[in-house]
Amino acid sequence: MQPDKKIPVDKSALHVISLVSIGAHPTSGRPRRAEQDARAVELGLQLAGDNLHVLHAGNAEEPALRAYLGMGLSELHVLEQPEGADALPGLTDYIRESGVQLVLAGSQAETGEGSGMLPYLLAEKLGWPLVVGMAEVESMNNGTAQVLQALPRGQRRRLKVRLPFLATVDNAAPKPRQSAYGPAQRGVLDVEQIDVVIDELFTGAELSPAKPRPKRLKVIKAKSGADRMKAATAKASGGGGQVLKGVSAQEGAAAILKLLVEEGVVR
Amino acid sequence: MSDIIRRDPRAEWIARNRLHPLHAAMQPTQTSWMGPNGVIRKNVHGIGFIGPNGIKRIDRSGAQQGGAVKRSAAAQVQLPLHQVAEPAFYIAVVPDMVGGRLSSHDRDLLGLAHSLAGKDGAVLAVVFGEHKESTFETAGVDRLLVLEGSEFNGYSPEQRVQGLRAVDNQFDPRHWLLPDSRSGGGELGRRFAASLGERPATRVWQVKDERSTGRAGAGREDLSRPVSRLILAAAECAEPVSETRHEALPVELSTAIARSIARIEDLGAVAVDPALIPMAEAEFIFSGGNGVKDWELFHRTAAALGATEGASRVAVDDGFMTRDRQVGASGTWVTARVYVAVGISGAIQHLQGIGACDKVVAINLDPTCDMIKRADLSVIGESAEILDALIEAVAAYRNEAKRDAA
Repeated sequence: MQPDKKIPVDKSALHVISLVSIGAHPTSGRPRRAEQDARAVELGLQLAGDNLHVLHAGNAEEPALRAYLGMGLSELHVLEQPEGADALPGLTDYIRESGVQLVLAGSQAETGEGSGMLPYLLAEKLGWPLVVGMAEVESMNNGTAQVLQALPRGQRRRLKVRLPFLATVDNAAPKPRQSAYGPAQRGVLDVEQIDVVIDELFTGAELSPAKPRPKRLKVIKAKSGADRMKAATAKASGGGGQVLKGVSAQEGAAAILKLLVEEGVVR
Repeated sequence: MSDIIRRDPRAEWIARNRLHPLHAAMQPTQTSWMGPNGVIRKNVHGIGFIGPNGIKRIDRSGAQQGGAVKRSAAAQVQLPLHQVAEPAFYIAVVPDMVGGRLSSHDRDLLGLAHSLAGKDGAVLAVVFGEHKESTFETAGVDRLLVLEGSEFNGYSPEQRVQGLRAVDNQFDPRHWLLPDSRSGGGELGRRFAASLGERPATRVWQVKDERSTGRAGAGREDLSRPVSRLILAAAECAEPVSETRHEALPVELSTAIARSIARIEDLGAVAVDPALIPMAEAEFIFSGGNGVKDWELFHRTAAALGATEGASRVAVDDGFMTRDRQVGASGTWVTARVYVAVGISGAIQHLQGIGACDKVVAINLDPTCDMIKRADLSVIGESAEILDALIEAVAAYRNEAKRDAA
């Protein structure tokens, strides 16, 4: 069981859509629920509870899709599309007509191109603001939401954003709950047929198994053998650094603090 | 070569020894001689020598020996200047400028921009707000466009996209290059792509023969396609510029940038418990070693600074810190931007662990230790006193900031 987190959001009034896709296991490549999309569903469940609407555009027959139902959803909406079709037009129309306040998505797909462009294009088409890397929703009232955005190096930034908005989640979002087999099989897939728009990407592009990237070599540009020897055997060389010797502790501390403030690590 | 002025006993010995074959060459330079009209000429500048303290000394006793002073400072290598007077086209690069400086990722990107620009194109770097970078010339920037203004401060992706659109209108770059990083470039690039309606090539790690190759999906596949106009490149996508110097000529926008109404308001950074941040990705690490005697004071200082704590192997072995806090070859390899080492002498295993750190500050009693040689700022002194003073200084700084805000 997940601990019941207290969120100052009125669950009954909030409508949230989480967009999900089919993932691929990083080593075996077998279909699975996508890691970040599962986090989007988890965040949606914490925010909206039963009002969460989970939406997928693609193949409804895929068994891995039921893993999302196993997270405690009663139904999952699918916009039926063949492989290689563009999901954007169908999703845009669906979201525009749904009247939700918040759309959650993972930051990039695990299969196909995986460019991570979908949320940006959706936001552009809908004219909604987009929050990238949302970690937590702090509050929602009066048509605005206060959210925490995850930054690199474990930092967080507080943002205030107008409703309705789109948000992508990454690995800073809450960990997804386990998927249970029974509910996954009992859940209902609500399939809807939409017009197929073929994505033109793969006319000029080709997918191939990832090549290991060449390791960068440390190239030493030395004219003489002595220089090369020096470069190969050099220890940390002096110079460049400022050494404060024979100063009082106060002066030393002031110099350190000045550097820390300049670097922006002490606020 | 070091700048320290040294005596050369061998040269002095040769100068004293009239029978030595090099005797004449080691004589002090002639200071007076008979001119062509029978007038004595004197070279007053040639007199004397530079003493060990850097002051010119003139020895009138006639005992001055040693010949011409051989001084060689580290010669600054002047790289050849790459000039693009009339750019046929532009390659625009939007560096991340984490902390106001070019990161290694940014430099790789500028290298890639140069391979795309060739001889005729110019690399245009677009920088938002203030920066602290002084090496745009050697990083390979031909034209530098700084977009100033309070609207670009803080988190302002929508306004920045407007800025880039204005640049796009005026310069019409052949390619736009952005770092596909989490520190802003990946997001800005995708927003800009959506706004332009261009399809970007993402996570590109190679551009060769008019085709770009990037990772696709979860990294198990590569996607190869013709080079697109917008490229979001991964780190190490190309070699950084190292053999030429560039002009970094400032350019300006001729039109004003459209102001967009900010739909996302930045309420500032949130205080995060530094102890919860994993060491490997902490930005600011305060690390203690054998020289720390008062660990209570050390913890208080780390809390006052808001830094993640680290330790050297000795401090961990002695039981003052836990094993997961160890920095170095057998501990964590940290990537902090600022690393403060208190009482750490800098064993090579420790220096390896902090190899990726940007700024290193050392507090140590021993001015000759290896950590001082690595550090950008070192304070020689008793750590306890300096830490006490540092706590006071931080408190004073915060109070002042609070008073200014009020």
